[in-house]
Amino acid sequence: MDPSPFQPIDCDLHPAIPTTRALLPYLDAYWREHITRRGLEADNLELSSFPANAPLNCRPDWRPERGPAGADLALLQRHALDTFQSRYGILNVLNGAQILHSEDLSAALCRGINRWIAAEWLDRDPRLRASITVPVRSPELAAEEIERCAEDKRFVQVLLLSQTEMPLGRRQYWPVYRMAEKLGLPIGIHAGSAQLHPPSATGWFSYYLEDYVQQAQGFAGTLNSLLTEGVFVKFPKLKVVLIESGVTWFPAYMWRINKTWRGVRAETPWQERMPSEVIRENVRLTTQPFDAPDTVAQVKTILEEIGSDRMLLFSTDYPHWHFDGADAVPEGLPPELIRKILVDNPLETYPRLAQSELAQSEFGLTGADGRRTP
Amino acid sequence: MNVTLLNPQIETSQQSHLGFIDCDVHPYFKSPAEFDEFLPRKWRAHRASIGGRTRQGLAKASNYPRMSPGTGQRMDAWPPDGSHPGSDLPFMQLQLLDKFNVAYGLLAPLVGGAAAERNIDFGAAMATAVNDWQLARFCDPDPRLKGAVQINIEHEKAAIAEIEARAGDRRFAQVNIPPRSIEPLGRRRYWPILEACAANNLPVSLHLGGTAGHASTGGGVVSFYHEEHPSYVQSMAALVTSLVCEGVFEHLPNLKVVLVEGGFAWLPALCWRLDNTWKALKAEVPFLRQKPSEYVRQHIWVTTQPIEEPERPADMLSTLEWIGIDRVMFSTDYPHWDQDDPRFAFKVPLPEDWKRKIYHDNAMAVYGFE
Repeated sequence: MDPSPFQPIDCDLHPAIPTTRALLPYLDAYWREHITRRGLEADNLELSSFPANAPLNCRPDWRPERGPAGADLALLQRHALDTFQSRYGILNVLNGAQILHSEDLSAALCRGINRWIAAEWLDRDPRLRASITVPVRSPELAAEEIERCAEDKRFVQVLLLSQTEMPLGRRQYWPVYRMAEKLGLPIGIHAGSAQLHPPSATGWFSYYLEDYVQQAQGFAGTLNSLLTEGVFVKFPKLKVVLIESGVTWFPAYMWRINKTWRGVRAETPWQERMPSEVIRENVRLTTQPFDAPDTVAQVKTILEEIGSDRMLLFSTDYPHWHFDGADAVPEGLPPELIRKILVDNPLETYPRLAQSELAQSEFGLTGADGRRTP
Repeated sequence: MNVTLLNPQIETSQQSHLGFIDCDVHPYFKSPAEFDEFLPRKWRAHRASIGGRTRQGLAKASNYPRMSPGTGQRMDAWPPDGSHPGSDLPFMQLQLLDKFNVAYGLLAPLVGGAAAERNIDFGAAMATAVNDWQLARFCDPDPRLKGAVQINIEHEKAAIAEIEARAGDRRFAQVNIPPRSIEPLGRRRYWPILEACAANNLPVSLHLGGTAGHASTGGGVVSFYHEEHPSYVQSMAALVTSLVCEGVFEHLPNLKVVLVEGGFAWLPALCWRLDNTWKALKAEVPFLRQKPSEYVRQHIWVTTQPIEEPERPADMLSTLEWIGIDRVMFSTDYPHWDQDDPRFAFKVPLPEDWKRKIYHDNAMAVYGFE
């Protein structure tokens, strides 16, 4: 289904950094010299979780003539924002800067990325918003970067990859969650692995197909960690958005963690509430990929099993290839749910978007092209 | 946790499960010295001195302590003499086999450490010993119990020899491969062992548990058993993905794989995700000649425990339908803490013909029981 009549909010767009050279103007002087001396500027720190030219990661008709897909603002505007008439689009940078072993280099590059995205993207299209890229190896430095970026209201969430060094619920990460909760920023957890551990306890796969499919189970492990370690007990107002996680695996996942909780919750006595209850309050999922079943009746059952009309947030996952044409909304969604997914749920999840929306309705701001802009 | 009353009387209104086939029963030893009579002298000495060497920091205990003694046993399954649950055949008969008139019980012996042993010659010797021990202690005294051939998967030559040696022996029903191996089971290094299973018409059972030294999740080492236990599902999904995407079932069209102790409700969504992702990435796996989900439907069976409990109980029915009623087989996991009771596992009434298949007919067909 084409979402454009609703002027949706697109919660997952991927801008690409052409090469690290593009970041040089946005780095502190020491790091600019450091990176050029080591010759690092020619690469773009592409993640092995997202090889840019794999068919899955670039829809054929969205492939640019040169450079990685997502590197050209004009194309992103034309392919995604204009086609789907999105009122807002949230940019999520997937880049190796997030997972470098050197905390210092990682922090310097993440800061450069955040400055770059503000200057080269957010300043050029008022529909765009961005997630804050953080050096996850150092929760302290990550929290500092969150605080610095948050002054710019166009940064609407913090971005983490789902599988890094330690499961994301571990207490070492709590400075990140403390800062995010304080500033009212959701934590966006995006598919992707630092490949510090095999995708499962059974070892390393051969094919990219397998790695990608297993990402859904990676999210299960990550979410179990957040729940079990007590992140939502300590930070009850924190919202977590699972991005590019797939959707249809979720009901069976909730049944499993509920059942485990019933059996062994004495191990983690701070978990006083049923996991599914906490999840429905604090966790959201983006809609692409949806991993649709074969029939519309099955879609209906899965949505009933998810059991909340507040959990799903619209995304295109541009420029990744999960649908063709303008069919960005999975078939079979009940009409009353569609507007919630496309507009209401993102506004509820991202307070900074809601503030923009409010300002716009109060002051009737419109852009030069007559489109409603924040 | 299920609690079974020792009164062997059964409610007459719920007897349709009687005579079922239990696809996951755990035998245990009263003392590890029980294996010695089946070990060559050299390995007896080794077992007593250096002992097992696995890929974890604790020599004997689990890094994820269970919530009940004996590495997570049912509290009422300790035999009257105080020996380990599962180690006393008459007590197992009383609590499980006779109580429910079990037609066949498929043994999953998680003992001896053969599967994960780093000294592969010792591992192979322990596998042989545990195989002989199963027969002597359980299968011969009670022919309802069917053995599972243990192997050390890193010792290819010995593993194949063991499979071939046991192949004609109908006291064994399947080959038990440790699913948390060093590499995913579909990788080509393991194909000769899978070929031996297929050639001898022995289903492969993948029983979750243990470790090959990798973190339980792709995101790293988890803190709690509360996370370790559901990570079995994540490992099981990885195994299905590996077996399908590596082309194992193209190579071995008669290979049967039984998933044990990973639940099952996750399987339909995994199939949808496999199919949808494969559409974009077909070129990477050109040897797959059909949709990934079709291989699953042809080659993979699931056992029920630890059974999922949907929030709306009737969702169990659609889940079973999506997997295929002919692919699901009942298991209790006796005597573990989270075992399922055949009377109460399904929280929603199943149609009679589904029950017959799930509790009985499917396993009869998979294992060729008569």
